[in-house]
Amino acid sequence: MARYPRSDELESPSSIDHGGSGTPHYGGGDGSGDSGDASPDYYQNLRRYRLFVFLVFIGVFIFFTALSSAYIIRRGNGHVDWQTGAFVRDWQPLTLPSILWMNTLLLALSSCALEFARRNLVRQVAIAPAVAVPGVAREKKYSAPWLALTLILGGGFLAGQFLAWERLRAAGVFIATNPSSSFFYILTASHAAHLIGGMLALIYAAGLSIFSTKLEREVVVVDVTSWYWHFMGLLWIYIFLLMRFAQ
Amino acid sequence: MTDSSRTDRGTTSGILGRIFSRDHKVIGLQYFFLSLAAALVGVALSALMRFHLVWPDASLPFFGAIKPEQYLSLLTMHGTLMIFFVLTTAPQGAFGNYCLPLQIGAREMAFPRLNMLSFWFTVLAFLVLLSAFVVSGGAPISGWTHYPPLSAVASAGPGQGMGMDLWIASIGLFCFASVLGSINFIVTVLDRRAPGMTMMRLPLTVWAWFITAILSLLAFTVLHAAIVLLFMDRHAGTSFFIPEGVVVNGSVLQHSGGSPLLWQHLFWFFGHPEVYIAILPGMGLTSHLLSTFARKPVFGYRAMVYAMMAIGALGFMVWGHHMFVSGMNPFAAFAFSVLTMVIGVPSAIKTFNWLGTLWRGSIRLTVPMMFAIGFVSVFVTGGLSGPILAQPALDTYLHDTYFVVAHFHLIMGVAAVIAIFAATYFWFPKMFGRHMNSTLGYAHFWFTFVGAYAVFLPMHFLGMAGHPRRYSQLTEVHYLQPLLPLQRFITWAALVTIAGQVIFLFNLFWSIWRGRTAEPNPWEATTLEWSQGQDSPVMRGPYEFNVPGAKAEFLMQQEE
Repeated sequence: MARYPRSDELESPSSIDHGGSGTPHYGGGDGSGDSGDASPDYYQNLRRYRLFVFLVFIGVFIFFTALSSAYIIRRGNGHVDWQTGAFVRDWQPLTLPSILWMNTLLLALSSCALEFARRNLVRQVAIAPAVAVPGVAREKKYSAPWLALTLILGGGFLAGQFLAWERLRAAGVFIATNPSSSFFYILTASHAAHLIGGMLALIYAAGLSIFSTKLEREVVVVDVTSWYWHFMGLLWIYIFLLMRFAQ
Repeated sequence: MTDSSRTDRGTTSGILGRIFSRDHKVIGLQYFFLSLAAALVGVALSALMRFHLVWPDASLPFFGAIKPEQYLSLLTMHGTLMIFFVLTTAPQGAFGNYCLPLQIGAREMAFPRLNMLSFWFTVLAFLVLLSAFVVSGGAPISGWTHYPPLSAVASAGPGQGMGMDLWIASIGLFCFASVLGSINFIVTVLDRRAPGMTMMRLPLTVWAWFITAILSLLAFTVLHAAIVLLFMDRHAGTSFFIPEGVVVNGSVLQHSGGSPLLWQHLFWFFGHPEVYIAILPGMGLTSHLLSTFARKPVFGYRAMVYAMMAIGALGFMVWGHHMFVSGMNPFAAFAFSVLTMVIGVPSAIKTFNWLGTLWRGSIRLTVPMMFAIGFVSVFVTGGLSGPILAQPALDTYLHDTYFVVAHFHLIMGVAAVIAIFAATYFWFPKMFGRHMNSTLGYAHFWFTFVGAYAVFLPMHFLGMAGHPRRYSQLTEVHYLQPLLPLQRFITWAALVTIAGQVIFLFNLFWSIWRGRTAEPNPWEATTLEWSQGQDSPVMRGPYEFNVPGAKAEFLMQQEE
């Protein structure tokens, strides 16, 4: 739903300008979220960035859906043996390294840690107007440690994924060994690449948490990053289940 | 928020600030000139191809005689440049960026910095693609669809090494930029509309850009996944697309078990929606212009919106009609065939409503209106060969002939380009504050419109006579000898049509500096980009012309 602008947000009628600035504009807030002044439109920014991250989910999901459909199709492929005339499937089931269970746990814990940070920050914004009232105690802001913990757990997940690669390589299973291993490396690497994007956003959020005084902006960044992070967790579980049960 | 902080946002001073601008209008113009550059290169390549087809032994300046592999690389690069950097970039990136925020009464795109990033990634993709011409081996030769195993094996031909890798890199960047851009468009439409601008009051141009953005988001991500797998087949030794026992240059490849069909499915799952990504903005614009210049409301506004949605949705279910001769299961071909013909229904609704909009209108035959009517004509002509090609039995014969070249050039290439021209003439007064010269505009229209028909209509006959496409030289083939005069005619028509575009280029650049100064609302249009700074919320739909009992001939969307 469109938000009605306050009168001070409406541009005064300007002279005709063919460059386009004569057109009236509505909708407050700074698009890039970086004009330097805290946006009075906290909820609008929150909604806009949440919409953004929701659409990112769709894009990432479609990317992995395309890979999954290739996975399913490729699993049934093979070649016709020219001597016997029989169809030979060349997919060999891959035994997943057991460390993946540990990695899954780490990623789940990191999501929990991030959720603590997010909820704390959202409460901070909610009670901000009431803090000036005598007798209202302000909850301590403790987002930074939780963000740091998320980063550590996320880093642990990535290190664990790398260890899983190392185990497979030690067992002589490389990317070109079999289509099953090709998909293992490509799916885990693609997921890791998307997770690294989330970690960069977390580092930015942690930086804001430590150095910035603009609480609302920090909340928006942490909020959308945490949605993205939870999505990465679910995506990992989906990939793990696919590779576990469709071998 | 103070006024000063609002006015300077996105237009940082200094040269760098202007180049790396976050202003949607600047970015729109940047996209426009980028696609113009890509179109010039793409047209030059097509001229070389047409020249070679009828005079294969002629030696061209700087080029010498064109070798068969060079012809294939011209073909590949022409397709890639035109489809990605012209037909995807100009309608959505250029005019969408420039006009969408203005038409919905938004100050900016939802994420201006992301918008800038999308544009510069597209520029990078363009430069990477062009660099394929100069690397060793030259540009890739496997066509813009890059079917494996040819595209997956570096030793399969000149240009399939470094040139092909650059193609993959370029399209990877382009996909990323398009996805970011489409997310920006969707959020902008959903979140930044002015008060009173309900979804059903959006101009049809905005609806078209919105639906196109959704298609881009869903299609380019699939292409991205496909090129990741293709890259792995080329460099990591995997076998997704390369089957057992492929022999290239006398040696058997080590790959096994992959499926070239898998690539075709992934590619066309992107490729068919891509057709609609190119043409939907043109449809929206045509509806917009026909209404504005027939001085009548759009006939069946809601039907137009739902038809565009239906075309977008069906576009994801018909990719298999590109694969009838691929060895796909005939039952699948039947399903794809029926679904493809179903697209004829919303397309017919749109055409009927365009004619209904024109019916008994007070038609003003301005230059943009000429192009809009031209769009309807080309859309019908190109569209009618669609149901023919949608029949697997007929397609088996026509698939690799010039009939298909005629079909997709008319429906996608020419129609979209005509819409781009219409948009340029229509919004030029908004973009540069001046008019383009209309005498030159009419001349340009007739050159383009008649020229395009002269080029592509005869190709249907070539195709029906069985003239195959993609071959560099068939002048010596006996059964094609009688077709050579027709081929020569097409080449002459193409050269004349291309020469006609010089009129456009001259008119464009001359008018930017010397054109007649434009009034604030030169076309007496109703949408917000032409309004003059009223603060009032949007009161009505976008096409209120000659409303019975109204106080004026047309009512701006914001007028009380």
